[in-house]
Amino acid sequence: MADRRYTEDHEWVEIDGSQATVGISNHAQEQLGDIVFVDLPEADTDLAKGDEVGVIESVKAASEYYAPITGTVVEANEALNDNPALLNSNPEDDGWIFKLTVGEASELDGLMDEAAYKELLSTLD
Amino acid sequence: MSPDKSDDKTGEQVTLRTPLYDLHVELGGKMVPFAGYELPIQYPAGIMTEHKHTRAEASLFDVSHMGQVRLDGDDRAAALEAILPADVQGIKPGAIRYSFFTSPAGGILDDLMITNGGDCLYLVVNGACKVEDLAHLRRELHGKVEVTELSDLALVALQGPKAAAALAQLAPGVEDMAFMTVRDILIDGVPCRASRSGYSGEDGYEISIPADKAEQVARRLLAQEGVAPAGLGARDSLRLEAGLCLYGHDIDTTTTPVEAALTWAIQKRRREEGGFPGADIVQDQLANGAPRKRVGLKPLGRAPIREGVSIVNAEGANIGTITSGGFGPTAGGPVAMGYVASAYAAEGTEVACEVRGKILPCQVVKLPFVKPNYYRG
Repeated sequence: MADRRYTEDHEWVEIDGSQATVGISNHAQEQLGDIVFVDLPEADTDLAKGDEVGVIESVKAASEYYAPITGTVVEANEALNDNPALLNSNPEDDGWIFKLTVGEASELDGLMDEAAYKELLSTLD
Repeated sequence: MSPDKSDDKTGEQVTLRTPLYDLHVELGGKMVPFAGYELPIQYPAGIMTEHKHTRAEASLFDVSHMGQVRLDGDDRAAALEAILPADVQGIKPGAIRYSFFTSPAGGILDDLMITNGGDCLYLVVNGACKVEDLAHLRRELHGKVEVTELSDLALVALQGPKAAAALAQLAPGVEDMAFMTVRDILIDGVPCRASRSGYSGEDGYEISIPADKAEQVARRLLAQEGVAPAGLGARDSLRLEAGLCLYGHDIDTTTTPVEAALTWAIQKRRREEGGFPGADIVQDQLANGAPRKRVGLKPLGRAPIREGVSIVNAEGANIGTITSGGFGPTAGGPVAMGYVASAYAAEGTEVACEVRGKILPCQVVKLPFVKPNYYRG
């Protein structure tokens, strides 16, 4: 079973062997509102943990999103070009943003599991 | 992801609440600081839905942060003409005119609506400018006009193609009012002043209500068929699609009315006679053209282009700046406006914006992006 972790920036990263998939949490899409554009990364882009990857534009504002771990971009979710609202309707599944290689597996230890992330959310309201 | 910081557009210290604050919270409004007030940027429906609802049915907006001012004095119209370029003396009783206070350099200090109330003039000015505007009015009109801030009034905007039918349920006859006219009405027994005007590009009204009755009246309006609450987010995307200026963004002290393409609001007599601050500069630009012009810009891709982004020509040289930009829900894509050097202001001109290292092509287009739906009788 794949291992899903969350960041304090309200992104999720799901590890499947040597590859990881990244998206934003349901809480994040609720905060952003209607999403109208996602600035996707190019394949083969090298990212370090914490790097700004691109911008998610909602009707309200532009918000950066970041690399949750170090790695190299494998592919981006091109479906978001035609249907950025996937990030609203299905942020933690079909609305994934990009996949990358897992450069430093140890970085995952610093991220929250689902229970810890839910606890973080409970402190925000 | 850093979504939590995205709402604070002004960064101002919040101290004030409008008379409708409790109603906003009850309706699930997401409250943000704006022009010194806590106002809803959106309700649970969200900006996109609120925007589309306004164009299809009708929405109620709280705009009580705006300044409502009364001017009394026999020479009020002539006195006001000394600080703005509208033909105030030509406004018929019951009619409204858009104008702006100008600076000696020909810049715009604020924009406003002027209503001829018969025995007085009523002004509606921007919330973020109202303290300075009142000081300006009292200083410039001293001894000639009595300036009263009507701070015991709330203001709501009912906008959309169903606005007239909704308001007529409560105040029969308002459906016959012409665009840019005002009428005293009763809503639920409460004396209100309705003007057929707005900031959405749709038909509708702005309704001035005694503050202590504002919630009662707002609830009655919201109970009418087709009426839903809408927040600041939809208000901004609606006015942008309608090509309307937002003070502090599309117009300010550095933009002249000619540059801002607002010369339609300077009537013939005032163009000829002048007699307002900065008239020499404005008259010169009317005769000889301005160095830059406010235009509509249609990004040709899908990425929105926001305020502050630099506009460049084919050679990459800077030719202007975006002053408002975002996603237009009715336009179905990104929309923007900004200033470009006059050589690039013609419709159809291809320009570009550099956003995050990428060159995004744009075309200069005619404003508005969405055809207005005003009631002309």
